[in-house]
Amino acid sequence: MDVLIYLIPISIFLGGIGLAGFLYTLRTRQYDDPEGDAQRILTGEWDDRPKPD
Amino acid sequence: MTHAPISACPACNAAPLAKNIADTEHMNGHILLNVPTVHCAMCIASIEKALHAIDGVKEARVNLTLRRATIDTTRPIDVQVFINALDQIGYPAHELDASLLGQSAMEQTARRLLTRLAVSGFAMMNVMLLSVAVWSGAQGITRDMFHWISALIAVPATLYAAYPFFANAWGALRGRVLNMDVPISLAILLALGTSIYETSLSGEHAYFDAAISLTFFLLAGRYLDHRTRSIARSAAQELSALEVTKAVIRKEGKETTVPVSMVQLGDTVILRPGARMPLDGVVIQGQSEIDRSVLTGETRPEFVTIGSELHAGEVNLTGPLELRATAVGQDTSLAKISQLVAIAESGRSKYTSIADKAAQLYAPGVHILSALSFVGWYLYSQDLRMALNIAAAVLIITCPCALGLAVPAVTTAVSGRLFKKGLLIKSATAIERLAQVDTVVFDKTGTLTDGNLTLIDLPAATAEQLQISHALARSSAHPLAQALAAALSDHGVAEIQLDQVQEHPGYGVSALYKGQPVRMGRAEWVGATPQDHTATWVQVGDNILEFGFADQLRGGAVELIKDLQKAGFDVQILSGDGAAPVSRVAQQLGVTTFHADQTPENKAAHIAQLQAEGRQVLMIGDGLNDTAALTSANVSISPATALDAARVASDVVFLGQRLDSLIGVIALSQMAQRRIRENFQLASLYNVLAVPVAIAGFATPLIAALAMSLSSITVTLNALRMK
Repeated sequence: MDVLIYLIPISIFLGGIGLAGFLYTLRTRQYDDPEGDAQRILTGEWDDRPKPD
Repeated sequence: MTHAPISACPACNAAPLAKNIADTEHMNGHILLNVPTVHCAMCIASIEKALHAIDGVKEARVNLTLRRATIDTTRPIDVQVFINALDQIGYPAHELDASLLGQSAMEQTARRLLTRLAVSGFAMMNVMLLSVAVWSGAQGITRDMFHWISALIAVPATLYAAYPFFANAWGALRGRVLNMDVPISLAILLALGTSIYETSLSGEHAYFDAAISLTFFLLAGRYLDHRTRSIARSAAQELSALEVTKAVIRKEGKETTVPVSMVQLGDTVILRPGARMPLDGVVIQGQSEIDRSVLTGETRPEFVTIGSELHAGEVNLTGPLELRATAVGQDTSLAKISQLVAIAESGRSKYTSIADKAAQLYAPGVHILSALSFVGWYLYSQDLRMALNIAAAVLIITCPCALGLAVPAVTTAVSGRLFKKGLLIKSATAIERLAQVDTVVFDKTGTLTDGNLTLIDLPAATAEQLQISHALARSSAHPLAQALAAALSDHGVAEIQLDQVQEHPGYGVSALYKGQPVRMGRAEWVGATPQDHTATWVQVGDNILEFGFADQLRGGAVELIKDLQKAGFDVQILSGDGAAPVSRVAQQLGVTTFHADQTPENKAAHIAQLQAEGRQVLMIGDGLNDTAALTSANVSISPATALDAARVASDVVFLGQRLDSLIGVIALSQMAQRRIRENFQLASLYNVLAVPVAIAGFATPLIAALAMSLSSITVTLNALRMK
């Protein structure tokens, strides 16, 4: 059962990465327009080069 | 996404950043547009391209979910420029007042809820994993260690994530009432407390997983609820941003545009043709015709001259007018209508939603049940620890996970579907009330009809007379003349050359044809007898031609009424317009019950009478004369083109010109109602099965977790079945 000493922290750490990732997407406003983003991927407009800022 | 340019020194980026901030602050170039018809990838691309093509646009982005375009500009640009640009490519757009939307506050609440949801979800998964080991038979020191690790994750996560429930419950308790959040908070806290106590005594049962998953499921329901409400609220606020709020006044010879609230009694107000009256006033200069259909439902334009009184909401048709403001703000004729609305409001019995009824029964029930099982077990066994454990188990198992999800999941699914159809739900209980409707009452002008007029048929006339009429009609901006010109060119009537065309505001148009005077306009002016329906007259020599007009039905009106009648609803029309036009429309639509010449009071009284007969009335109307009726009806719908007062009074607003978006709305709401009921039944079924187990003292943490997750998942799946 010694293996638990490594496994539990590792599993919590991996979960924490997921949580941090989710919070990152939240902070960068990736849920503001889910419908629009789903449609935008269909246009070929910026396929050749990225949209200039 | 903005990509920062690669820079050798990080500090170099600070300067442009600061400049950016300064730009946005000083230029005030942040514009929000409502674009209701955007729906596809191509729309997004073409709208953004059109907006970017305008000089001075820094960034333009379409939000498809909210049907909205956000534009950042480098210099102040008039909003009309953007609206025209979008109009040209076929997308009607309206300006939105960003400050009115209060968007940032709503967004922040939503984001905070999502963060809490994420934290509780993360904690739940980890604690569940640890619990699986305990359920599958971990013993002694291993079990204790797993319990302690669970506590380490669950306690801080729950305290953080469940904070909204604690805050609500505390607020309710301070107000000496019980709401759903009180048993929820009690269950969560008791579960955490007894679990820590049990763990410290190396006990067998710990409910950390139950506490955190309870929080997670309830937060999911809360988030859905918040999202539905914020979409509805922002949509309703968007609409109020469309209202006319400015007036043009003349002071010391200068014309200035000021907010209506700044206009004072006696100020000279200038009203251009096509503009809507911002307040009440008396004409002191000019002649014109006005359209008061929004106020009274009458479709016939009325002649006004010096001394005529005009009311807020009326539209000036032909000539420029100067008026003296006789009533402003709360004193305008609008105020009279709002008094009527207030009376109707006080008479309306407050509707209690199913969820509230359930909560009223539920909250005390749970507390009593849990307290009874505590007392019973304590008296029976004299074991405080065991009695406390069982009481906690009862609270956890009865806790309204599924109840908290049952309604939000369904309303989210339904309002999402309605939003796609172009319907905005403003009131939380509107869907439930719609489901009970058995009588549908329509207003005519502006609701069943779209406000445009069509020629009934051509009078007997020579080709030359028709050509003269066409030319006269073409030269005027009056809506009747425009309708006539369109109709005549549809009939293939050519135009003819006229000389000395002159518009006489309020009367009509005169011209010379081969040296002979010809005129088109009001009956009195050309020497005809006025009729009770809408018409315009053309005089050529001694011949007078009458062109009669009828309201044009809104697209989809026939289909909607047919659909309603087929489904067994009683359909009626209540209109302020004259008997002839109303019966004409009723006939076209196949409606047998209709009432003409109705005052706003009559309309409200008629609805009240229907309700006294025990009917559930849906009122669909747009005019100010409908507001009292809209308020007194059980549930009400108005078009987005309606005036503010009417939209405020109604529970549902539909966008777009066509009525067929309303087809199937009642059926959909009835289905939603059925789903909500089913969800409550499912949730109760789980409770009925699990509560005796808990009271009997057999509820292990495994049973609690199973009952909770299963009921929440079945309820959500049932809600998503809305196809």
